[in-house]
Amino acid sequence: MSCMNHKHILQIKNLSVSFTQYEKGLRKIDLKVIRNLNVSVGEGELVAVVGASGSGKSLLAHAILGILPRNCDAEGNIWFEDELLSPKRIEELRGGKIVLVPQSVTYLDPLEKVGRQVRKEQDEESVRTKQEELFDFYKLPQNTADLYPFELSGGMARRVLLTTAMMESPRLIIADEPTPGLHLEAAKKAMSHFREFADKGNGVLLITHDIELALEVADRIAVFYAGTTVEEAPVADFQSVDTLRHPYTKALWRALPQNGFHPFPGKQPYAKDMPNGCPFGPRCPQLTPECEGNIQEQLIRFGRVRCIHAK
Amino acid sequence: MDIGPYSGILKYIGKSIIKIISLLIAVSILSFILVSASPVDPVRAYIGEVGMANMSAENLARLEAYFGINTPPIERYWNWFTDFIQGDMGSSLLYRQPVSSVIQVKFMNSMVLMMTAWLFSGLLGFILGIVAGLYRGRWIDKAIKGYSLLIASMPTFWLALVLVMIFSVWLQILPIGLSVPIGVNAAEVSIFDSIKHLILPALTLSVIGIANITLHTREKMIDIMGEDYILFAKARGKSRFSIIRNHALRNIMLPAITLQFASISEIFGGSVLVEQVFSYPGLGKAAVSAGLGGDAPLLLGIAVISAALVFGGNLIANLLYGIIDPRIRRGSAYE
Repeated sequence: MSCMNHKHILQIKNLSVSFTQYEKGLRKIDLKVIRNLNVSVGEGELVAVVGASGSGKSLLAHAILGILPRNCDAEGNIWFEDELLSPKRIEELRGGKIVLVPQSVTYLDPLEKVGRQVRKEQDEESVRTKQEELFDFYKLPQNTADLYPFELSGGMARRVLLTTAMMESPRLIIADEPTPGLHLEAAKKAMSHFREFADKGNGVLLITHDIELALEVADRIAVFYAGTTVEEAPVADFQSVDTLRHPYTKALWRALPQNGFHPFPGKQPYAKDMPNGCPFGPRCPQLTPECEGNIQEQLIRFGRVRCIHAK
Repeated sequence: MDIGPYSGILKYIGKSIIKIISLLIAVSILSFILVSASPVDPVRAYIGEVGMANMSAENLARLEAYFGINTPPIERYWNWFTDFIQGDMGSSLLYRQPVSSVIQVKFMNSMVLMMTAWLFSGLLGFILGIVAGLYRGRWIDKAIKGYSLLIASMPTFWLALVLVMIFSVWLQILPIGLSVPIGVNAAEVSIFDSIKHLILPALTLSVIGIANITLHTREKMIDIMGEDYILFAKARGKSRFSIIRNHALRNIMLPAITLQFASISEIFGGSVLVEQVFSYPGLGKAAVSAGLGGDAPLLLGIAVISAALVFGGNLIANLLYGIIDPRIRRGSAYE
């Protein structure tokens, strides 16, 4: 494992998330949007989960925090600091040791002043001081506290969302697409806060569609495809296509501007018509009949990959 | 032009007044056209078939002149309009009194009835809707929803008749109709008597109103509980109680205000039916008799007053929005 020398902060094994839906008539179907997902975050690590938009990445964040919608079920094991979490324990930890940094200002109550929201409606002097310190730290003018969410600029809103996370003393930040619509420079700046946080010995799980950004700041990258992580690799492996393991990761790598900008035909399968075996099979140049069987995750060169042809 | 912090709101009110005046003129013209086009012959309705047969041609002609049968419609409308703006709103043909004083008396009767029903249905509907929305899918939600759907599909007059049957005919604890006891001197009618006569009509009107407000509030509550900010509050470890108090209730206030003030028109419409069943001498009953008796000035007067009432309700709702919603208060929505 790549993080043998670290202690794990978060470890997710075999996480599956499924929606219960009703099709035409009253036929009930279970739609598996996340299947057998494995990912871990060690102390001092920033791990990026990278996947295409709309592939169900946000559900991963919601599953960890136990805030999935009511018609949604999660299975699998989550460890936090070597403690196997129960739904009840998750409820105790969320907002304290585990915090979420959501993607947009819609996650703030539009009718409540920002300061009060950051303080979780508490008015004690100590809480107030902490909030003021954090506003200073993130270079938010103090009068921001008296503004309503609609009065914030995009950049301010993002920093306010960060302060909500830092009000407690978290060990793990789950950042769900924290930089939508930002160009790389601005996004990198926003990311520097996460980097600093991780460098103090904490963990960050960054969920994003932006692989370039992930390459800039992350220690390890988990590539998310059709509801599962097909490869988890140290960021250094992305220097060259030959050090990468999974054909999808390689395709992603070749699609980057600096690596030739080669588009890759086809699209991710919808959760309802998932192929047998490897979800990437139908698009894969190395497809063989064995790919339709059960694909086990294997450990290759300090990275994990879900492909039988990986070397 | 900027005249301090209230310039926006003053401008808004000014605009609304212009709007309401043009609306009321339009309402009066439309009602007038409808009354003119009505197949009811006011003279016939006034004196009845027997009267028509026994009346001399001369008297008949005088009555026709009184009801303005042969005056061209535009002239009649103009006559009414000038009377109306001079203050007494013209004179009612049926009551032989200025329309303003007829409406004043009837309005006071209806007002008590409608206010009671409005407050009662608004408050209860709000609470039931919130409870149902929060406990969506549980038994309490199913009970409230089932009850509301049942009531919502019940015709007002039918519910009124059922209530009369139960409370007045079988149990004999409440009067069958009217607003005061029969055969009692007006001076001797106690407030207790008035309340007793108010209970059944107000109850009917409230029960009907509750269903609508409950179902709408429930839907809004479900929407709000699915919003990102509720999800985030949960993710931040806030308790359910704190989420409801600080976020859900705050955000449900806006749609609730719209609903509550929009329901004025429904309560008003309902009161016409309820007053008819209970022979309650209010505005709704006066409107019905004015319509059937061809009393154009009274009917137009009532139409204008009720339109003003509904418009006023919506205006208040909009102004309250400005007070409660910071996006309007601090933004420039009044501009």
